Amino acid sequence: MHSREELLASVIARLIGDAKHVAVGAASPIPATGVFLYKEKHPELRVSMLHKRKGNPFSEGSRELFDLAGQGRLDVFFLGGAQIDGEACINLVRAEGRRFPGSFGSAYMYQAVGRTILFREEHSPRVLVPKVEFVSARGDPAALLTGKALFSWQKARRRFRLESVHEPGDVRPHTGFTYDQEAEVALTPPPSAEELELLRGPVAQKISADYPDFAKRVWGIH
Amino acid sequence: MPPDYSMPSMAVVRELIAQRKRNLRLLGVPVLGLCADLLIGAGCVAEVESSAVSLGEAGLAPRFSEAVEKGEIAMRDASCPAVHTALQAAEKGVPFMPLRGVLGSDLVKQRADWKVSQNPFSPTEDAILYVRAISPDVALFHARWADEAGNAWVGRRRELATIAHAARRTLVTYEEMKPGDMLEDEILAPGVISAAYLGALAPAKRGAWPLGVAGVYDIDDAHLAHYARAARTREGFRKYLEEFVCTPEKSFSPA
Repeated sequence: MHSREELLASVIARLIGDAKHVAVGAASPIPATGVFLYKEKHPELRVSMLHKRKGNPFSEGSRELFDLAGQGRLDVFFLGGAQIDGEACINLVRAEGRRFPGSFGSAYMYQAVGRTILFREEHSPRVLVPKVEFVSARGDPAALLTGKALFSWQKARRRFRLESVHEPGDVRPHTGFTYDQEAEVALTPPPSAEELELLRGPVAQKISADYPDFAKRVWGIH
Repeated sequence: MPPDYSMPSMAVVRELIAQRKRNLRLLGVPVLGLCADLLIGAGCVAEVESSAVSLGEAGLAPRFSEAVEKGEIAMRDASCPAVHTALQAAEKGVPFMPLRGVLGSDLVKQRADWKVSQNPFSPTEDAILYVRAISPDVALFHARWADEAGNAWVGRRRELATIAHAARRTLVTYEEMKPGDMLEDEILAPGVISAAYLGALAPAKRGAWPLGVAGVYDIDDAHLAHYARAARTREGFRKYLEEFVCTPEKSFSPA
């Protein structure tokens, strides 16, 4: 058996495609796990962990990430949101009277990076809304991955399409926006035996350096 | 002021609170953390301009969130690269600079100092964002070293150099004094901010605590988690200030 975190990480590894350079932002243990899983199979991948506890991939200060992304030197980045809507807009500013930290660099990165993967574990009508209260960033994502489902983005129709669900069942009651789907929705393929071995071995070790609590919870690593 | 990972001068932040400063306008380069939450909770702040205010792994910045929700401070939301670009315009002495992306965000509607314009070099339609230069009144941060020539060393935290270049005045606290002139040292020079930009330097051992100085001391996670819990309520925040900020003998970090 695999954990939900392992399933999500294996989906992220598949979504990365044939990237040369991926950056992972703060507080993103599952995207980081997916990226390191991909790197186990593709060691040439450059991974820039933006909030490493020790060290840092850059030497020109925090603007360097944005400058290199603007040049097209970053292939994949992850964004989330307090709210995500059916037009793939994300909101990191305010929702239901609550103030959140803010938009960070999302308005820029969403459009600068080749493939933006939207990731939010919570899949509920509270998060996946018809229209965000504040548009922090707008763009064309490569996919939206949640704790329950994987959506692709139909750029021309500006609408999500449900690709797969992680467990059998209808996710419509949990989704505040409308989207397209086939009559039969596939199940998200689970991580392979080889992927699980990598996740529980070298990937878990790497993740525990920056996300010790996460590694302890998922793999019991101390 | 810089984010929690880039050496804010917490020693000066604590002193600003102890002196009951009021109506400060904070600029986050490009985001803010503990220093802003402390100043906001202590009533020192009228306005914040930042791409985010958060305690990072310790969670939301509770005093910031409540102050914005209750309308006690003005919040001017920004985007990280737009802050960097506005400061880079100031350091070059030009009135604005263009920036790609950002279009379509509600941030653009809220910012009178950002304009969407046609790329003057493109024969076809090409909208691009112009951000107005920002010259802060004061740049404030902590450095690992100062030297006898009045330079400061911040290593790879080059956003601190950008703030110093763009600001009208720069105030720096530092961990240790080095003899001589670091600009004469080929290894150290790339991490130096020249004295030409610096208004005042003051020693402050562990002056970034409970945040860290890379290679010297790490961020004090336990303390940050304690703060995040305490500051959930006004009462808890007041007690925190009493214990760690406003009592003169305790206004220094534990060694």
